[in-house]
Amino acid sequence: MFEMHFTVETWGRSVLLSGRLDARSAPDFEKAALAAADEQPEKRLHMLLDFSGLEYISSAGLRSILVLAKRLSPSGGKVVLCGMSGVVEEVFGVSGFDSFLPVTKSREEALRLLGE
Amino acid sequence: MENTVRERVFPASLDLLGDIRAFILEEDGAEERLPPKRVAHLDVAIEEIVVNICSYAYETPPGELTIRVEEKPEFFAVDFLDNGVAFDPLAMDEPDVSLPLEKRDAGGLGILLVRRMMDEVHYSRKGTLNSLRIVVDTPRMP
Repeated sequence: MFEMHFTVETWGRSVLLSGRLDARSAPDFEKAALAAADEQPEKRLHMLLDFSGLEYISSAGLRSILVLAKRLSPSGGKVVLCGMSGVVEEVFGVSGFDSFLPVTKSREEALRLLGE
Repeated sequence: MENTVRERVFPASLDLLGDIRAFILEEDGAEERLPPKRVAHLDVAIEEIVVNICSYAYETPPGELTIRVEEKPEFFAVDFLDNGVAFDPLAMDEPDVSLPLEKRDAGGLGILLVRRMMDEVHYSRKGTLNSLRIVVDTPRMP
């Protein structure tokens, strides 16, 4: 079970993810996130991924986030993650993804980081 | 609890990931006997291994994937047996997890997660079979 909910913000998109971001659901997430990123490719666009409802992530989920971060990066866009816990947090630690992607506890901190 | 072994053969298809996961963790109530954190570790390891086998082990998918679950008071172990091309995932170099975004790719992350989250991981080639065994040590119940 996986759900994603995109909200348009002045600085980009907030995405609320819940359930399992695994080999089955990651391609759907990647497709939706890249479609949002490609709407105005010349414009800088940030994405705030709210993981407070995310219970599980695997390397397939990490891969989709890496693809997204690389797509946004040339125009100065960032992927910021907030609210992760449990095994999701462990997976980020083991993979080192928490070293090159900004990770915050709360959504408020993530917004501050984006200067919003 | 008693020592138990159970085994089932699945088509090596990603569509069966949910059934394979359920066979290992839910059938026979294994999930209830393990700490939730270790169930989550197994959850990740099962997906990574099954995805690997389904993607790489067969030239013409799907082949067969035999799952054997061995439960003892001291450990919970799962063997994944496939008759695809010989492949030792543990022989691969580990990815450098300190690289910046521009230099990162996603290769090798799955098996890295398996190695870090399991207490033991063993590969062996048994005749025409690849055998990958993962083990989680189980705390002694008082």
